[in-house]
Amino acid sequence: MAIVEQPTPPQTSHDKAPTERSWHAIVLQTLKRNDINLIPYVPDRVLTPLIRSLHADPFFTTFATAREEEAVGVLAGAWMAGRRGALLMQTSGFATLANVLASLAVPYQIPLIMFVSERGTLGEFNYGQALVCRTMRPVLDSLALEHHTITRLDELEFIADRSIKQAVTTQAPVALILNPLLTGGKVFDK
Amino acid sequence: MDSRVRNTKVMNRFDLTSRLIAKLDDEAVIGGIGNTNFDLWAAGHRPQNFYMLGSMGLALPIGLGVALAQPDRRVFALEGDGSLLMQLGALTTIAALKPKNLVMIVFDNGIYQITGAQPTPAAGVADLVAIATGAGLANSVWAADEEDFERLVAQSLDATEPTLIAVRTDDQPGVGTTRRDPVQIRERFMHGLGVRQPL
Repeated sequence: MAIVEQPTPPQTSHDKAPTERSWHAIVLQTLKRNDINLIPYVPDRVLTPLIRSLHADPFFTTFATAREEEAVGVLAGAWMAGRRGALLMQTSGFATLANVLASLAVPYQIPLIMFVSERGTLGEFNYGQALVCRTMRPVLDSLALEHHTITRLDELEFIADRSIKQAVTTQAPVALILNPLLTGGKVFDK
Repeated sequence: MDSRVRNTKVMNRFDLTSRLIAKLDDEAVIGGIGNTNFDLWAAGHRPQNFYMLGSMGLALPIGLGVALAQPDRRVFALEGDGSLLMQLGALTTIAALKPKNLVMIVFDNGIYQITGAQPTPAAGVADLVAIATGAGLANSVWAADEEDFERLVAQSLDATEPTLIAVRTDDQPGVGTTRRDPVQIRERFMHGLGVRQPL
């Protein structure tokens, strides 16, 4: 009997070889390849290396908004005027978006591209974050929105690239949920 | 309250919207939720108009997005006072990015007219131009009367920084009713902005 090859365990940011590209470098390159250059965000600790590298790259117009729904408005306007963008936020930020998804992005067929840093699972230390995380997928499912939870570095580029292309061609929003297995997440420090 | 507010004439939203549209060529116009876009619709549909059917408070952010995507086109975002109060933080985002081609027009009647004319929490308390100025939008003014409004609009067409024009308006409801067809509204707007051609 042939020896079955052991499946490779999921790689996370803390056990990857130094030569491998980081999750945030892959996200940045995937955005660039798809000509997505307007990046409003509401900050998040886990997203910080991505936000920093976006700010450092003049290809992108990267800026903070006061609220996530404001960023959805900006991206809707930009899309209709011919410019592509993506919104970066954390789980609790997504929880503020039900109204704007249901009254702007979905009915007007805006290909809103959302990256959500997932808090509230796999070692969450704040009960409120754990609770708000549980509202995210039910909201996405209730609007029949495409969403993927990305846990593996080797799947990130494929999922992100294909999802962006699908959002644009089908004129529908997509949420890419960056799981702690991919990013390392945020752990209790003090 | 600021003396400029007390000395500002109470005008009519539909009349001012019609005066604005009469001055425009291919500028984009974003109509905020409710009466604001009803009056924009009634002033005469044009393909460069976008009408919001929900997402209260997002006329300015949508206008900002259009302005960032097409920096050579002037963009007018029309918003009510109640709507603006829902998204005051957007003023700071606009102040930080300084899109010179964005003009914000705020209709201040002090009430949520469409839901039964309840006063807003800001009515008689806050000065929206002072709020905008404090948010970093130095080029924010009250229009004293219709003539002043038209002068400010003309000035905004070649402003070198974002402009906010606030007007006090009466309690009249909107004149028309926007056709509630979001896909067609979005598609026509994209045609109007030269992003797409009709099928």
